[in-house]
Amino acid sequence: MMNALGDPQSLLVLGGSSEIGLATARRLVGSRVEVVHLAGRPSPALDAAAAELRALGAQVHVHDFDARAVDTHETVLGKIFAEGDIDVALLAFGVLGDQERDEREPLAAAAVAQVNYLGAVTSGLLCAQALRRQGHGALVVLSSVAGERARRSNFIYGSTKAGLDAFAQGLGDSLHGSGARVMVVRPGFVRTRMTEGLPEAPLATTAEAVAEAVVGGLRRGSETVWVPGALRFVMSGLRHLPRAVFRRLPV
Amino acid sequence: MEGRLTGWGRTAPTTARICAPTTAAEARDAVRAAGERGTLARGLGRSYGDAAQNAGGTVLDMTALARVLALDLEQGLVTCEAGVSLDRLMRLLLPFGWFVPVTPGTRYVTVGGAVGADIHGKNHHVSGSFGRHVTRMRLLTAGGEEVEVAPGEELFDATTGGMGLTGVILDATIRLLPVATSLMSVDTERAADLDDLMQRLEATDHRYRYSVAWIDLVARGAATGRAVLTRGDHATLDALTPRQRLDPLAFRPRSLPPAPRGIPGGLLRTATVGAFNELWYRRAPRDRRGQLQRIGAFFHPLDGVPEWNRVYGPGGFLQYQFVVPYGREAALRSIVEQLSRHGCPSFLAVLKRFGEGGPGWLSFPMPGWTLALDLPASVPGLGPLLDRLDEQVLAAGGRVYLAKDSRMRPQTLAAMYPGLADFRALRERIDPRGVFTSDLARRLAL
Ligand SMILES: Cc1cc2nc3c(=O)[nH]c(=O)nc-3n(C[C@H](O)[C@H](O)[C@H](O)COP(=O)(O)OP(=O)(O)OC[C@H]3O[C@@H](n4cnc5c(N)ncnc54)[C@H](O)[C@@H]3O)c2cc1C
Ligand SMILES: NC(=O)c1ccc[n+]([C@@H]2O[C@H](COP(=O)([O-])OP(=O)(O)OC[C@H]3O[C@@H](n4cnc5c(N)ncnc54)[C@H](OP(=O)(O)O)[C@@H]3O)[C@@H](O)[C@H]2O)c1
Repeated sequence: MMNALGDPQSLLVLGGSSEIGLATARRLVGSRVEVVHLAGRPSPALDAAAAELRALGAQVHVHDFDARAVDTHETVLGKIFAEGDIDVALLAFGVLGDQERDEREPLAAAAVAQVNYLGAVTSGLLCAQALRRQGHGALVVLSSVAGERARRSNFIYGSTKAGLDAFAQGLGDSLHGSGARVMVVRPGFVRTRMTEGLPEAPLATTAEAVAEAVVGGLRRGSETVWVPGALRFVMSGLRHLPRAVFRRLPV
Repeated sequence: MEGRLTGWGRTAPTTARICAPTTAAEARDAVRAAGERGTLARGLGRSYGDAAQNAGGTVLDMTALARVLALDLEQGLVTCEAGVSLDRLMRLLLPFGWFVPVTPGTRYVTVGGAVGADIHGKNHHVSGSFGRHVTRMRLLTAGGEEVEVAPGEELFDATTGGMGLTGVILDATIRLLPVATSLMSVDTERAADLDDLMQRLEATDHRYRYSVAWIDLVARGAATGRAVLTRGDHATLDALTPRQRLDPLAFRPRSLPPAPRGIPGGLLRTATVGAFNELWYRRAPRDRRGQLQRIGAFFHPLDGVPEWNRVYGPGGFLQYQFVVPYGREAALRSIVEQLSRHGCPSFLAVLKRFGEGGPGWLSFPMPGWTLALDLPASVPGLGPLLDRLDEQVLAAGGRVYLAKDSRMRPQTLAAMYPGLADFRALRERIDPRGVFTSDLARRLAL
């Protein structure tokens, strides 16, 4: 159960090897989390994440989960929620894709959409149903500023995050009054393996900073969290720029 | 009906199906119909944390099961359904010269809640906790059976202080205290610091039926722990003025309008609270004997402002209450200093000496010093601070009160309550499906 100070006791990370996910889990294990479920595609990174959290004292369960295999989500999540209440479910899986290649190869673009959007729709709905049954809990969705306004340079990824963001907001509204809730997190450029080798954007941040913002948002009961916080104002400016100007921005 | 519930501290809301049985039969049907997330009785929701919540399950609002079933004015015994409040009992019984045996700092608790938390009052050092004055109860068990339980029986002792997890208390018989008047005769004195306070309490507490001290935790340095002691007993007839003697048992508590809604958080800063505490300390008489006070003013000063819990704003607040055994005064002193150094904007903390503990397995009181204080949930660093204090309380052989808790670690709680192992075993035996459960039980693995 979430305690009076907003500290959860159990955590599910979908995309269990995500650097942001792991940074968040580390922080939560440092306060009250004792049980962690890591759901992801088997990989050394996933095993390493589990080992690290175990070393911190958590009881860690690892589950096979592929975001693209949407027809398996019900079984996987059903099993996880049957093992006990989940106080926080963190939807952390995602792929950046490769814009140039994805424009050339539409099927590669579809794969980005399958992970970031379709996979989030099925698993997000299933988590929401389970949290509703529990009468409590938070679904934390890692969206992105890239979804706030799609840019020429990565509109495929951006559009999947736009879809995800809209979906998550609506899902949050649908949970109103159920005891469960959704928190949408919109990071800017985060230095993780996802962005490795890419030129840094302004206001670049770290997985630790995102984790801190997630924990703070859970404590405050926020619905939306920007990381860093200043992006909220930057994006509200960019959002209303005329297309002709926006297109020419070096972002 | 689906409803969002919190405790008095207004933190950690969860949603449950709420049903309000008006008869024992309806309560039984509700228990039998409980789904896999179980069910739980709730009284007036005056416990601070998540004790009276059951996320995703059913919560039985017991306040509609509120008939007084029998009244023996010769022996001083009342039998009533569990949803009857102590306020109601006082209004009913005082005109006949009877008073409830134990009252907490608010009259708005139910008999079921008083047994469930095995509450204590200012008279604990003389009268023990609520359970000591219950002569029998009728309990609705997980199977939907009604059973009679009496003191000395396992199920009785597990239920007093059992936080609703052994079953639904349907009705109880309570032994009352005879009083000659509805006024209190009160002695007030000031103590300059914590040592002075502890000395005064230790030396003369036994002379009073009711005793409590209010400590100013905002004051620092030499004034740390400065306090006002208020102690007294029910006034005798001859203490009253001739006019008061015309209606010596009058009881008409007055109430102010409720605290306004939508109070922003952060209103209670250390500076504001410090000023309030300063004023309060200066205004208290240095030494005053035999002052006549009304029951409300003496026992339930906060009941004068309905819904005062909103003052803490949307972030809510929590109460920290612990007890450390006699002989461990150093731990108490150190905790008071840490709280004061942390700069917590706590209005007043309450210090009291407990007498013998009761037989309740999870009952809180034990011989020792108990301190209780309210804290806004938004105080920076509050979580780690209270975790550290928990450890110190545990190391001193003390414990934290479940009815106030909203944040403890399950391991710490288990180490503080040696009766927990038996409690778990009993629940396993009489309620293998886990029909009775609560957010508190889930959080602390009770
Ligand atoms: C201002 C204030 C001052 C207080 N002062 C004191 C004090 O001085 N001393 C003290 O000991 N406490 C004190 N308390 C705490 C309060 O007395 C307890 O929390 C009490 O249990 C509240 O009763 P309730 O009817 O509101 O019960 P709730 O808070 O609704 O429930 C408390 C527990 O009792 C169980 N319960 C309720 N009804 C039943 C039933 N019919 N059958 C089985 N279980 C049941 C619930 O499941 C829950 O676990 C204070 C609280 C406030 C707000
Ligand atoms: N880094 C940024 O700049 C940034 C900015 C804003 C938002 N975000 C979002 O934050 C989230 C976490 O990103 P991160 O920075 O922590 O990057 P990351 O470490 O690369 O994490 C991405 C995670 O998604 C998983 N994943 C990818 N495809 C999957 C699939 N088909 N099934 C299951 N899991 C799959 C990856 O697991 P595998 O090991 O199996 O590939 C990995 O655990 C993502 O949603 C990302 O879009 C990131």
